[in-house]
Amino acid sequence: MKLNRRVFMGSGAAAATALAAPMAFAGGHGKPRVVVVGGGAGGATAARYIAKDSKGAVDVTLIEPSRMYYTCFFSNLYLGGIKAIDDLGHSYGNMAAGGVNVVHDWAVGVDRDAKTVTLAGGASVPYDKLILSPGIDFVDGAVAGWDLSSQNAMPHAYKGGSQTELLKAQIAAMPQGGTFAMVAPPNPYRCPPGPYERVSMVAHYLKANNPTAKIIVADPKPKFSKQGLFQEGWGKHYSGMIDWIGDDFGGGNVSVDPGAMTVTIDGEVTKVDVCNVIPAMKAGRIAELAGVTDGKFAPVNAIDMSTKADADVYVLGDASQQGDMPKSGFSANSQAKVCANAVRGALTGSRVFPAKFSNTCWSLIDTNDGVKVGATYEATDEKIAKVDGFISATGETADVRKATYEESEGWYAGITADMFG
Amino acid sequence: MAQASGAGDPALGAAVFKKCQSCHQVGDRAKNRVGPQLNDIIGRTAGGLAGAKYSKSMTKAGQDGLVWTEETLDRFLESPKSLVAKTRMSYRGLKDPDDRANLIAYLRAFAKGSTPAQNVPETGQETGQGAGIQLDPAVLAIVGDAEYGEYLSSECLTCHQSSGSNDGIPGITAWPTEDFVIAMHAYKQKVRDHPVMQMMAGRLSDEEIAALASYFNGLE
Repeated sequence: MKLNRRVFMGSGAAAATALAAPMAFAGGHGKPRVVVVGGGAGGATAARYIAKDSKGAVDVTLIEPSRMYYTCFFSNLYLGGIKAIDDLGHSYGNMAAGGVNVVHDWAVGVDRDAKTVTLAGGASVPYDKLILSPGIDFVDGAVAGWDLSSQNAMPHAYKGGSQTELLKAQIAAMPQGGTFAMVAPPNPYRCPPGPYERVSMVAHYLKANNPTAKIIVADPKPKFSKQGLFQEGWGKHYSGMIDWIGDDFGGGNVSVDPGAMTVTIDGEVTKVDVCNVIPAMKAGRIAELAGVTDGKFAPVNAIDMSTKADADVYVLGDASQQGDMPKSGFSANSQAKVCANAVRGALTGSRVFPAKFSNTCWSLIDTNDGVKVGATYEATDEKIAKVDGFISATGETADVRKATYEESEGWYAGITADMFG
Repeated sequence: MAQASGAGDPALGAAVFKKCQSCHQVGDRAKNRVGPQLNDIIGRTAGGLAGAKYSKSMTKAGQDGLVWTEETLDRFLESPKSLVAKTRMSYRGLKDPDDRANLIAYLRAFAKGSTPAQNVPETGQETGQGAGIQLDPAVLAIVGDAEYGEYLSSECLTCHQSSGSNDGIPGITAWPTEDFVIAMHAYKQKVRDHPVMQMMAGRLSDEEIAALASYFNGLE
């Protein structure tokens, strides 16, 4: 007999017992269930791979509030005027065709004893394995004077979509010779080169449209990802426009006043026209609600991305605390495949292969001036550990930089096809 | 010299052809590899060689009447995707008109009935020759575990599309397994140039490379 959701939910304790022996469960009492929360680079990939590779043997539900997903990666290229917002939007239409049950709702709670996820709409969704890939939220009080209620005056634009569009509109509305300020985040945060690619792309836009404008960056870090490459590019393309104030010069001692549109850096008050505040980050809230975080992020086992707190709850991507991988869409996609292989194996007895991870982050400094950094990783008992890596060199030829940019476009097409089918 | 309808020099064209020979062969023993063999290419209908693997868009271009002449080859070589938008040939294009003329003159020397000039070498008949690496035949003979290859392939698919489309990153589907294995070992040995691929191939074992080759060969 095929077990429908209502019967299953009503069977409570009996079902929970059966779940301790997944092979028996799969063998005639209905399909094992995987619930994935969050339809980004980690969640969409995991859902699609489990559905595709299990060929219908696993029931996969993806819970994602948005009907269109706007990638955070490449959103800086939209700010720079190089990509259109529509280039960044992806629907979940192919996911459903690929056998994933897509539910557009917010996950608002997880009951790990009952093994259910509660949705904002009131429904309760049972799982055998739960994969959380909620991305990031911001740490309250991380930047003095800023909270989420200020995000319209001072956007973070660090989640794709409307915030990105708002920031772009504000940059376009800057008066000639105006000032763009960024408050950069402390480690660890999503997309390590992201703030600096953003500075580059804002400069690219301003150089063409508002060439006397200035950019100030208040940074709580003494150094940042691809620093040599970015600073070389800033000197070459945007000489005199960008003032980066690192921690050594008080960049970490910063407060903002969204009402007055001022930024105070190490005691010095500056009136600005646009202020992009990127606060300190933590795991998306559902990971915290599920009780699998420790501090800001969710510690996971490198071998399969299962949480240290619960072997049946997995956390992917930016929300996880896994070791050496940067928080990036590429990393989340890579982790999702290892997790999908392990979860499918646990539920259906399919072969489980060794964990292999990789990441590459491309950044665009100016038109056709692309750079990249990447590494491979393996699972150890303690963490995901770096194996080998590379980074673009300063002084590369224009041809190499153009090829790197074209490669990043190829990667964008590749990863979005891999995520959404 | 061969019949000179163009101004190209086939001997110089042989040097240009080095760019092509990781995928294409010419000469007596030329076979279809990643791309079709190119003997008697002038006058051939695009996408029209039996046994060669083509994109749908190349096959359609041929059905719509595209025939390889010196003029159409020149346009294709200058910018492949400008002539055939979704070609599997992931090559940016040969911008120098002299290089193109020389290359076409070289290819013309392999037309049926033509007697190649003495200084026009054949290329690429020996497996791996073009890649500049030496592989133990035992490594080439490994039969790949396609199921493991499918898992490993997921790492490739973050950039290389399973549809075979190439938008800045080459398609790698439907390659002959031998070419795939050779290309990966060439990256692993850092003979073939690309930092990401050298890193990715660098940690794959001989069995893992064979597994990947086996899996991708099966993707159309």
